[in-house]
Amino acid sequence: MSSAVLTRKDFVSDQDVRWCPGCGDYSILANVQKVMPELGVPRENVVFVSGIGCSSRFPYYMDTFGFHTIHGRAPAFATGIKVSRPELSVWVVTGDGDGLSIGGNHLLHSIRRNLDIQILLFNNRVYGLTKGQYSPTSREGMRTKSSPDGAIDHPVDPIRFALGAGASFVARTIDVDASHLQQTLHRAHAHPGTAFVEILQNCPVYNDDEWIEVEDRKQRIANALRLEDGEPLVYGPKGARRGIRIENGVPSVVDLADDADPAAAGVALHRESHASPSYAFALASLARPEFPVPVGVIRAVEAPTYEAALDAQTRAATQKRGPGDLGALLRSGDTWTVEA
Amino acid sequence: MASSATKPTEELDRVAIRFAGDSGDGIQLTGTKFTEATALAGNDLSTFPDFPAEIRAPAGSLAGVSGFQVHFASEDIRTPADEPDVLVALNPAALRANVGDLRGGGMIVINADAFNAKSLERAGYAEDPREELRDRYQLVEVPLSTLNREALKELKLGTREADRCKNFFALGLMYWLYHRPLEPTIRWLEARFEGDVLEANLTVLKAGWNFGETTELFPVSFVIPKAKIEPGEYRNVTGNTALAWGIVGAGVQMQRPVFLGAYPITPASDVLHEIARYRHFGVKTFQAEDEIAAASAAIGAAYAGMLAVCTTSGPGFVLKQEALNLAVMTELPVVVVDIQRAGPSTGMPTKTEQGDLMLALYGRNSDSPMPVLAPATPGDCFHTMLEAFSIAVRFMTPVVVLSDGYLANSSEPWKIPDVDTLPRPEVRYRTDPEGFLPYERDPETGARPWAIPGTPGLEHRVGGLESEERTGNVSYLPENHARMVRMRAEKVAGIARELPPVEVNGAKQGELVVVGWGGTHGAITSAVNEAREAGLDVSSIHLRHLNPFPSDLGEVLGRFEQVLVPELNGGQLSRLLRAEYLVPAVSLPKEQGQPFKVAEIRARIDALLGGDAR
Repeated sequence: MSSAVLTRKDFVSDQDVRWCPGCGDYSILANVQKVMPELGVPRENVVFVSGIGCSSRFPYYMDTFGFHTIHGRAPAFATGIKVSRPELSVWVVTGDGDGLSIGGNHLLHSIRRNLDIQILLFNNRVYGLTKGQYSPTSREGMRTKSSPDGAIDHPVDPIRFALGAGASFVARTIDVDASHLQQTLHRAHAHPGTAFVEILQNCPVYNDDEWIEVEDRKQRIANALRLEDGEPLVYGPKGARRGIRIENGVPSVVDLADDADPAAAGVALHRESHASPSYAFALASLARPEFPVPVGVIRAVEAPTYEAALDAQTRAATQKRGPGDLGALLRSGDTWTVEA
Repeated sequence: MASSATKPTEELDRVAIRFAGDSGDGIQLTGTKFTEATALAGNDLSTFPDFPAEIRAPAGSLAGVSGFQVHFASEDIRTPADEPDVLVALNPAALRANVGDLRGGGMIVINADAFNAKSLERAGYAEDPREELRDRYQLVEVPLSTLNREALKELKLGTREADRCKNFFALGLMYWLYHRPLEPTIRWLEARFEGDVLEANLTVLKAGWNFGETTELFPVSFVIPKAKIEPGEYRNVTGNTALAWGIVGAGVQMQRPVFLGAYPITPASDVLHEIARYRHFGVKTFQAEDEIAAASAAIGAAYAGMLAVCTTSGPGFVLKQEALNLAVMTELPVVVVDIQRAGPSTGMPTKTEQGDLMLALYGRNSDSPMPVLAPATPGDCFHTMLEAFSIAVRFMTPVVVLSDGYLANSSEPWKIPDVDTLPRPEVRYRTDPEGFLPYERDPETGARPWAIPGTPGLEHRVGGLESEERTGNVSYLPENHARMVRMRAEKVAGIARELPPVEVNGAKQGELVVVGWGGTHGAITSAVNEAREAGLDVSSIHLRHLNPFPSDLGEVLGRFEQVLVPELNGGQLSRLLRAEYLVPAVSLPKEQGQPFKVAEIRARIDALLGGDAR
């Protein structure tokens, strides 16, 4: 099957989509299906792997290869698939509970190994499929069925988690921002290594409007910091332009006149490729209400992939020792013959 | 071969030697080298390494004692022997921990230099035991440390470095005493070391041999003639090595790449170590972040078309069950090897047990049928792995292999199989998109197609949710679930149709049959054969297939009046046999972390058959 003739419809499976009405996952699904034919990957080489949770139903709706696995372990299954068949385009779909709670360990290790896979983490800051308990990304004090007096856990930030694991590619996008989401998916796919993408996603049933400040088009302008490589960290509408200064790793907000030169005002230039993750950490620490929410590619650096390193070892071993010979292996070391 | 020129020799049929010392004394190495030399001397042999989990327990303490027993003979033997004939003890703790096992009147070779007030106290001896031992055993006091240092005085080694060689002095002495060839050990040393270290080890090895030749402590040396075993080319092999080669071999024979996912765990890690060396066979090894990831990655690899396997031990096997249940649900061929150790929990990591049979059969949520195989001997681990992969792929199912700590580390001479005569099971991936349904079953085996990513037109979804028959779509329909539960069960049960009939050792019917599985094969067979030779009406069956059982097992058991089931657990197989076949199976449980002694099984046989039948 040639990828050139594929359209969005070729990636829509025959299964009824069963998310709640208004769920952010619909938008993510539609945009992933839109992007797929644009990637130039034959459909049969695409594998979606998921764990457990609302987001993890995703593979059922994609007409590609799909593996709906067990809670939190999708990165480990994906690792087995990618290591086995490096030519496959492997996408992990997970959520804040699946990826950062029960599956935190696998997420950490898959990121640090840097397999050439994409990990899409849908972050709605709540457990949906189990009906509304607080998640590891829920805000402190969030009242849910399992935290009637307010959550007392300190939340984990997916972006800083990924950076801490040594991610070579980290990005954040928003479920309803179609063009930005598509653009981010393209970037993630193009990155040779593990591409970690946090997608801010709305759960209309258990945590509605959690991200309203960046989901709502009007509010987004004031509250989202669109990252562009080489461009200054500037956000806000005309008349309320602002920039981010980073001094000694500490970010601060500066007001900018509409015609002000951001560089002259000391506003930082975004660079995805800093070798040290310190800048990315500083960027990732920006959060509402004091700061805007950075969206876009936060970090993208080159690093060798796990599967390429493994294949290199295999080639080197084969070159040195020749292809394996079972008979010779069984006779390696000391042997003796018992005569008849 | 080295041989004594000046002293008389005596011929023996069989000898069992136990080397014992601190876990830092190189006892396992000494035992391994003695085993290699013994194999080349042409004896049949069986070994039993027994060591603590602590890497270096305090020197001279009982907790730190490491042992290695080698049983070798001019006849066919199957166990490391119930009682050693000779104990080589490098310190008082090693003596104290092992002397109770020694045959009455047996030989004790001690390092006399190690018997001082401090080390006696550390071993828990209130007074020097030598006086008392002289009456009951043949006590040979060798000033090992002194002789060893003396032999090395020309070399510029510190006392510490010199003392580290003393195990090779003892080894050289034992080589002389039992006419073992020095050459394999010399070759090994030369390949491994250089300079002073090589020189020192070679020197003390030969010094030990020469000491035997000249000392008056040993008036005779012993000859054990070559064993009359089946002709062919042999090698020595441990269960874990054979198991690793079975995994590599499956890839070669089935002409598919192998993926091993593993997390380090005693006593399974050696399999990972061994296979990691064979990248040139196209084998991919993946050291996962945990046991769950190891299983998950292996299942991912199976999904992608690899011959996938994960190796672990009990605590890890427990952690893998949820992932394995996904392989049951998605019907993917993955082999999981549980090298059982004494539990529950962390238990005794370096000690053997067969406690995971029920876990393998029933340790997952809901009805979750999985074939279970168990190798009987170290060499059998190789063939069991080939069969496990063959079943996994033919029936599209996860398969459990239950080895154990004893099989893993013990060794035997293994007749090297002719690669051309090994089975070459066919592996078929689905490629035709015409009429493809992910859960359409093969009418003969019940297997669903292996439809791997990268195959145009076969795009489909699988997962842990219940699947609709044939289409694989998610389904919550009651009748569909009932059908799928039944199909999964029938598929695994159907494997029995392809299993060979039960093999009975001894008469096909009679008063008593002893039924065993796994690493107890040697002890059971030896006990039963001895009892038969003594005129008792007893036979034995050793089960390689624990699920499903061979089709004729119930019928065969029914031909015996009594059924005895020795197991290194509380009676798991005996309960299964009682439940499945309503036979009055009697359990002989052993839960000491140690393999069966032949005499323990023999005593129970005698008791069941009236005791005075002899």
